[in-house]
Amino acid sequence: MAGLIIAESAIFTIFVVAYLFYVGKSLTGPTPQEVLEAPIFFTICLLSSSLTIHFAGKSLERGKHGAFLILWSLTILLGGLFLYGTGREWRRLIYERGLTISTNLFGTTYYSLVGLHAFHVTAGLFMLSMVLIFGLAGRVGADQFRRVDVLALYWHFVDTVWVVVFTVVYIVGR
Amino acid sequence: MSSDAMAIRNVEVGSLPLVETLHGWLTTVDHKRLGILYILSALLFLAIGGVEALIIRIQLMRSHNDFVSPEVFNRMFTMHGTTMIFFVAMPILFGFANYLVPLMIGARDMAFPRLNAFSFWLSFLGGLLLYFSFLGGSGLYGAGNAPDVGWWAYAPLGARAFSPGHSSDYWTFALLVSGFGSIGTAINIIATVLCMRCPGMKLSRMPLLVWLNLVMAGMVLIAITPLSAAQIMLVIDRYLGGHFFDTQAGGSAVLWMHFFWIFGHPEVYVLVIPAFAFLSEIIPVFSRKPIFGYPVMVAATVAIGLVSTSVWAHHMFTIGMNSYANSFFAITTMAVGVPTGIKIFNWIGTMWGGRIQFKVPMLFCIGFLFQFLIAGLTGIIQAAVPFDWQLSLSYFVVAHFHYVIVGGILFALFGAFYYWYPKMTGRMLSERLGKWHFWLFLIGFHLTFDVMHVPGLLGMPRRIYTYEPGRGWDTLNLIISIGAFIQAIAILVFVANLIISYFKGAKAGNDPWDAWTLEWSTSSPPPAYNFATVPVVASRRPLWDLKHPEDPDNQYE
Amino acid sequence: MRCTQKSIANVVVLTVALLLCSAASEAAHSPSTGLTNIFSPESTPAKSIFNLSMFVLAVTGIIFAVVFTLLVYSVVKFRGNPADAGREPAQVYGSTQIELAWTIIPILIVVVLFLATARVIHAVQDAPKPATAVEVTVIGHQFWWEYRYPRLGIVTANELHIPVSDPAHPTPTFLQLLSADTDHSFWIPQLAGKTDLIPNHPNRMWMDPQRTGLFLGQCAQYCGTQHAKMLLRVSVDTPEDFGAWVRAQQRPAIQDQKVAAGRRVFETTACINCHAVGGSAANGRFGPDLTHLMSRETIASGAAENTKENLRLWIQKPDAIKPGSLMPAMQLSDADLDALVNYLETLQ
Repeated sequence: MAGLIIAESAIFTIFVVAYLFYVGKSLTGPTPQEVLEAPIFFTICLLSSSLTIHFAGKSLERGKHGAFLILWSLTILLGGLFLYGTGREWRRLIYERGLTISTNLFGTTYYSLVGLHAFHVTAGLFMLSMVLIFGLAGRVGADQFRRVDVLALYWHFVDTVWVVVFTVVYIVGR
Repeated sequence: MSSDAMAIRNVEVGSLPLVETLHGWLTTVDHKRLGILYILSALLFLAIGGVEALIIRIQLMRSHNDFVSPEVFNRMFTMHGTTMIFFVAMPILFGFANYLVPLMIGARDMAFPRLNAFSFWLSFLGGLLLYFSFLGGSGLYGAGNAPDVGWWAYAPLGARAFSPGHSSDYWTFALLVSGFGSIGTAINIIATVLCMRCPGMKLSRMPLLVWLNLVMAGMVLIAITPLSAAQIMLVIDRYLGGHFFDTQAGGSAVLWMHFFWIFGHPEVYVLVIPAFAFLSEIIPVFSRKPIFGYPVMVAATVAIGLVSTSVWAHHMFTIGMNSYANSFFAITTMAVGVPTGIKIFNWIGTMWGGRIQFKVPMLFCIGFLFQFLIAGLTGIIQAAVPFDWQLSLSYFVVAHFHYVIVGGILFALFGAFYYWYPKMTGRMLSERLGKWHFWLFLIGFHLTFDVMHVPGLLGMPRRIYTYEPGRGWDTLNLIISIGAFIQAIAILVFVANLIISYFKGAKAGNDPWDAWTLEWSTSSPPPAYNFATVPVVASRRPLWDLKHPEDPDNQYE
Repeated sequence: MRCTQKSIANVVVLTVALLLCSAASEAAHSPSTGLTNIFSPESTPAKSIFNLSMFVLAVTGIIFAVVFTLLVYSVVKFRGNPADAGREPAQVYGSTQIELAWTIIPILIVVVLFLATARVIHAVQDAPKPATAVEVTVIGHQFWWEYRYPRLGIVTANELHIPVSDPAHPTPTFLQLLSADTDHSFWIPQLAGKTDLIPNHPNRMWMDPQRTGLFLGQCAQYCGTQHAKMLLRVSVDTPEDFGAWVRAQQRPAIQDQKVAAGRRVFETTACINCHAVGGSAANGRFGPDLTHLMSRETIASGAAENTKENLRLWIQKPDAIKPGSLMPAMQLSDADLDALVNYLETLQ
């Protein structure tokens, strides 16, 4: 998983570099200042899901299956909320502010970077859901906590990437 | 292939029916079989890429030749480069790594056998996808055609505006798919080396081949991914209306160049470091001495890996970077020559004072040493930026990188073939045919690639389907083309050797070369489980210790 | 037997080296009208590069000689013979002192090479533009070169004229490099190193040729189907000749009543969509400016000589000269074609 994270970090780095390189270079509007609203609530959701998954792993290690399942479901819920938030923001940007991926450089780099991250969140949620199903079927024992931790590492990575993306898009880029 | 060689005696195993054998190969997760599959598929693409090269050379034999149209020629050099890098060099090196790394560390397989199989098939699928473009890549002119944007697909040439149809998409997706396969293999190698070494094999006791493939795998993780990212951006540009490289919308063609070469330069080290690995195993055995300066060799390789991530823009000296950027990349490029030179000196130091046996694997390694020396020096020459303002984008560069890849990497690969074929098949390759292969290829190689430097010095740019007479390029190009055909004949001799020796070669036994690393302790070919009992090692050359109990390595290092 | 193998190897290498040298010298002394040899510089940037290259080649040559000798020596001196079978030589594992030596010496060599390199980088790239400089804007197209002299009011194509530069009173030419479509590269080996033309990324280069004559080159960055025939011709003129050329280019297009029919063909077919002729209705910018077409020695960016037959062929069937170029086959009747060519031939 560490290897995969290194590789994925390199991919994200390239998209971040492209984003930063093109800040302020769009030939036409809209600009980030005009249309972006920082998704604070949904960010908190996503970052909290790192906490819940961490405690879920700890619960599993200690054999508390009930707590594990609840915290794991909470993680998925929070991740799903984040995706919903992203979708809502995109809807607003596209239909109310007229910003699409082909509008200008900002549009291209914004949707690509945030989209790439959202794709990884989606893939993560898919894997988390599979584990939830296994867990509900009683097949995730306390001895599997290391494997669950590997997946949690991926999830932490996805959250860390969001911290970077958020900083680049909503703070630096504006 | 290996179904009739078992270490358990007195058990007769009859041959399986063909369908079952094929099924076994198609569904295998055994690192040895996957290694052989990688190698065989690479040899197939080598033949195809070689034919593309011959078509190029026939067209360039004389000025204003009309053997092929410009459109076909441009597809040929694009496919030749893409095929050779992504579907010959990388797979064949992954194949050898797959085969040898577990054996050399005393493991029974790679850490993730199914990921291993998945990675191979992704890589093979990528190759098929690329070649399907000949049928399906509908361009402006109707029926399918292959990509023709050069293997770098520089922006904006790769954009929809200049590359209509789907030919460039085949390039993009074939490489995306095989790129994911490469990342899978890299993760596998790292996990295997870090987690599955046999007892006693500390990191400082691993064979150099294992070390170097570990460094290579780490580089793959951070080198291939920038290309994948850039290709995703290209797809967004081509199909979702993105503007990453759309200069009309303020996008930057230079950004593609940076992303491409951030991949492209470490990529060539990804290719050459496993070649270094072969040399570091073969030269000691045929000099009858341990490798000179093992810790320095490891450190130098790590240094090469790190520094090579900072040199990429030496492919971009003509694009108009400012003088400070040009100077920075000049010094990093020259700097990476230092650890590389150290390795050459250490190989010489290994031979020094030895008792050199000129068997075919060693002949190829000696060829490598001479040729890699020249290749490295022509690299340093180009690092002198103003000189590169003349040499860049000319046939001098083409000569340089073929010197590295053919004169260096391919020679090392041939050495590896002759050295490990006995282990993989249980039979020796013919020394006689091997010598014919070596000398023919050496002559053809030098005829082509020594001479090829000169048209570059005389102003001949690359990627041109024809050229003007009267510039002094005609005779030189003819000689270059003749050399190419000699190399082709040598390859035919090699393939003949591979096939004939499989059926008629002398039986190899476990250890035909009197070598010292763990793969030679098991049968040839090894059984599916590699070792009857997991070995325990106490030094870098476990078999030396066994053969020379009075003078074991661990007394000295 | 091993000895003869190594001797054969040496003979092979020497033969090839000799072949190389003779081929190179043959090419260098070939009596072609324009050489593209990077070792025959005629302009300050090219000369600076040449001097640096000699230094670099000398240093790398010495390195090659030393390591080559070590290699040959070790391969010959330490060859085993069959009588040794079973006896192993002394097992030497390394030597810190030797490692230090062959680390430090290369680092020193790198420092020296780098300093020499950095000096020339700055000298060439950061050279200031004097007031006497001739300014040319070069715009790369698929597959031709557009030249504009902004201060002289000239627009032309494919054949560049610049004045010779006297080292005592230099009149260099400074080129601004732009692109209308994809990447190209401007390379005249005898006059300067190459610099790329990249859309949305203006570059600049300069040259000060010190003898008159015709200098050749071609596009060096793959730009599509006809990259190979995007040739360069630079005519370095005496100040008088250059002045005369400028004045001729500044004149509006010659209006000759005798070719009115051809002119009508030109102005009523699609020609004017792409081409411009000064002082007429034609001001297309996609293709080369034809105002002074007949002042050029070649057409299609050097792909063919500027003769009546070639002109006719180029208009009727461009693929016969440069397949894949963006000039369309005009599908004119013979009569129209002849009239058109007669008209074009008046555009001196």
